[in-house]
Amino acid sequence: MSGDILGAFAGALASGAVRVVDLTHTLSPDFPVIVMPPELGQSAPFRMERISRYDGGGPAWYWNNLSFGEHTGTHFDAPIHWYTGRDLPLNSVDTLPPADMIAPACVIDCSRQASEDADFLLTVADIVKWEEQHGSIPARSWVLLRTDWSKKSAAAYANLHSDGAHTPGPDAEVMRFLVEERGIIGFGTETIGTDAGQAGHFTPPYPAHHYLHGAGRYGLQCLTNLDRLPPTGAMIVAAPLKIQNGSGSPLRVLALVQERSTR
Amino acid sequence: MTGPFLKPKRKNPLARTTQPLLPPQARSRKAHGLTLAAATGRFMLQCCGECGRYTYPAREACPNCLSSDLTFRDAPTGGSLLSETRIEVTSDPYFREHMPWRTGLVQLDCGPIVIVHLHGGCGGPGSQLKLSLQLDRAGQAVFFAKPVSETPHMEDDPQWREMTADPKHRRVLITDGRSPLALPMAQALKKAGAARIFVGVADRWKPLDQQALLAAIEGVEFVDLDLTSERSVQELAMDIGAKVEILVNTADHVRPAHLFDAGAANAAREAMDHTVMGLMRLAQAFGPVMRSRGADGAAGAVAWVNVLSVHGLSNVPQFGVHSAAHAACLSLSQWLRTELRPGGVRVINTFTGPLDTEWFQTVPPPKVAPKAVADAVLDGLKRGLEDIYVGDVAKDIEARLFDNPKAVEREAGQ
Repeated sequence: MSGDILGAFAGALASGAVRVVDLTHTLSPDFPVIVMPPELGQSAPFRMERISRYDGGGPAWYWNNLSFGEHTGTHFDAPIHWYTGRDLPLNSVDTLPPADMIAPACVIDCSRQASEDADFLLTVADIVKWEEQHGSIPARSWVLLRTDWSKKSAAAYANLHSDGAHTPGPDAEVMRFLVEERGIIGFGTETIGTDAGQAGHFTPPYPAHHYLHGAGRYGLQCLTNLDRLPPTGAMIVAAPLKIQNGSGSPLRVLALVQERSTR
Repeated sequence: MTGPFLKPKRKNPLARTTQPLLPPQARSRKAHGLTLAAATGRFMLQCCGECGRYTYPAREACPNCLSSDLTFRDAPTGGSLLSETRIEVTSDPYFREHMPWRTGLVQLDCGPIVIVHLHGGCGGPGSQLKLSLQLDRAGQAVFFAKPVSETPHMEDDPQWREMTADPKHRRVLITDGRSPLALPMAQALKKAGAARIFVGVADRWKPLDQQALLAAIEGVEFVDLDLTSERSVQELAMDIGAKVEILVNTADHVRPAHLFDAGAANAAREAMDHTVMGLMRLAQAFGPVMRSRGADGAAGAVAWVNVLSVHGLSNVPQFGVHSAAHAACLSLSQWLRTELRPGGVRVINTFTGPLDTEWFQTVPPPKVAPKAVADAVLDGLKRGLEDIYVGDVAKDIEARLFDNPKAVEREAGQ
């Protein structure tokens, strides 16, 4: 490798040898947010109120005031988000090490299983099978669960029933395995949470949050375009807003993908 | 005799929309005793504490004994017609558009002689009449006389319709379809002949419990409406703003929180956002177009109904946030009332005690059934009221506030 790595990278971007894939949903008022029992505190949905639009409030300029919860739209979970990560150093978005904001990704395609079963759970067996094809998951890489859930919208996306949400996610053992035995940097999903819709009934409850954040790892959720990523080799750029003591934030998630056949 | 009020024809898009005009508005401060009575559907006149005679018009001293002890008291509603005048020509701009107009001179059973607006079903001089005080399009109290017994299509009398906000052949927006009030309200409106009932639903991605029951009501149409989103409210107004003749704001957000709780500020902010700011967003989006359509045909824009907690009038600690939010809503609704008055659109505030719904589960009876609120709103629309108190708790607080507001404040939460 020559000394001019970034120069080569710039060339690859310019030539199209490296493609940039946006993994982010548009932040809009009607995008579903996590729903808690109504007597608990709720995440504010995304809202935008106009300050001016070339009018009396500001004759030559257009701008808005925004309001939203930290966990709105495509967003990042920092370790401090869960009680298991509350005492860790560098556990909030403002203290997040910048180097952790860029990391490779392994994409596990479970779209077929998720289309057949909204409550599909990723298991260690699925990881073992994936690793037989693509090799062991490297430490400090993202594991992204592709379910094509992002192609659903509104009610089908939230999939709320009288017994709660029914959306795919990881089981408890696979999260322990990925965090403790593979040393992943984080886990990403297309659904509203890193955990399955029914994960409150698992042991421990919400295992993705429990294991990831307890070990100082991260979560990404409400991702889209995972179907445009290769199983291995994509680089993820995920830099949350630098919010003092913040537990997470909406963000733009980008994937850098090297084209298989470059000229 | 009155003929039935038939479904109005579609309006000619080439014709200018008639602009609202108001009947004469000048009243003395004393005369607002009549306004208070009319607003709540009572028939009250000044009565002398010394000689016991009723008097009209409102004045400072009894014309019989010169006592200054003149208070407004409930009065008998009967009277007999002395003479009637059918006005064919007038220089008053409002009445010019409603010619001919029947008025009469009535000898009240309790003494005074008054000028009344005369229902089409009333007979000639000598006939017995039942009087009420009504708020006219300008929001001022006037006497209205109807026949003692029911006549065919009594509610369809054009003069009576000017004094009321009858939903017949009108289109209504219920703002929060997730409210327990939405279903009985839609059913009651349908029964009263509403032409269309738009039901606003926020977060369509969440299940709507009453969806099937609401959808089963003919004329119900679900629309996207999230009162916490300026964009959502504006977009709905762009679609149907000019089709709403009655707006019923059923929005509420009851979340118990103690004033000193760490999360109380969040609870208060959310409650304010759903209720106060929600009403503000609705007012901004729907207020101007409703005001401009106050004279748009025989079924033009006519009323804006807010369902408020009676605890907005005096805070109760167990629902402190809710009380504070509804106090702010009340203030805002008074402002809205002033802004809509030039269009002849009345703002009706319906004050209720705790509803028989999940958020008041632990509150002991008496509680107000959602259907009772819906029935009271419909009664208020048909009678042209401005302030409605529903249920024992609300009526009790109304009476006690009138008597001694400080006692209500001190006894709350004890």
